[in-house]
Amino acid sequence: MLILHCPNCGQNVDETDLHSGGEAHLKRFGPGSSDQEFEDYLFMRENPKGVHFERWHHSFGCGKWFLAARCTNTLEVFGTYSAQTLEPPKEIIDRIIARRPDWVKGAKT
Amino acid sequence: MFNAVSALDHRTFAGDVTIREDGLRGMISLRGDMSLAKLKSVCTSLTGVAFPAQGQANSDGAQGLAWMSPDEVLVMVAHDAVDDALAKIAKALKGQHHLAVNVSDARAVLIVEGPYVRDVIAKLAPVDLHPDAFGPGSFRRSRLGQVAAAFWMRDDQSVAVICFRSVADYAFDLLKAAAQGGPVGHFPDS
Repeated sequence: MLILHCPNCGQNVDETDLHSGGEAHLKRFGPGSSDQEFEDYLFMRENPKGVHFERWHHSFGCGKWFLAARCTNTLEVFGTYSAQTLEPPKEIIDRIIARRPDWVKGAKT
Repeated sequence: MFNAVSALDHRTFAGDVTIREDGLRGMISLRGDMSLAKLKSVCTSLTGVAFPAQGQANSDGAQGLAWMSPDEVLVMVAHDAVDDALAKIAKALKGQHHLAVNVSDARAVLIVEGPYVRDVIAKLAPVDLHPDAFGPGSFRRSRLGQVAAAFWMRDDQSVAVICFRSVADYAFDLLKAAAQGGPVGHFPDS
């Protein structure tokens, strides 16, 4: 069972109250991009065994999106943060590095 | 004038924990900038209760305010006072970006009262209902069984539940079954 803290309404929310929105921090490639970039944007997703950044929707609660950093292997949650960010905030990165010293941000898995 | 009837028309289950449908309740879903002084003052003047903090609801009888999300508050007034309240909100927030909708007839209100009311709710919702975490005034939007619901503690032995009118029958039966099952005994005061 996964419990995430919703930064929008300040509640600790059970997984069943949430809806997963897939990988976070995608960069959109729209008109003017190459076919390869567009395909990557639409279909290619990270599927790491380990640290992962995800979008979550508090669908049974406040109805807002937020982002979460967690480990797909152990279900350890490193933190949740606002969806209005382009990359993970520093304190989340620091927490991940403290727990997973060999983790490299942005490394392909 | 048509004769408005609430979802379960005051259906009641009497037991150690009592469940009753509370009849018609005027509800306005108000979205906008919650930090706006005008918005707060119109809400408090309509309901006579203080503006709720995050995760809180204040109620006094049929009137109340509930914190729904960072940009939404639920305004509860008497069922026949909704049109008047909407007019007052529109007047107070003129020129401000906001949305106020009458949702009274889309909803049902159930009141759950009794000594082990926390156990009844905790059986159905994935919410920490320990007295330290969820006390009088605490408000939570979550689910009961399979349907979306919101609830808040009116006092230590009384919880008000709001759900959609279409699922009021299901929610009532669910609460009734949980109440008939008796207390679980995990909470210190039950």
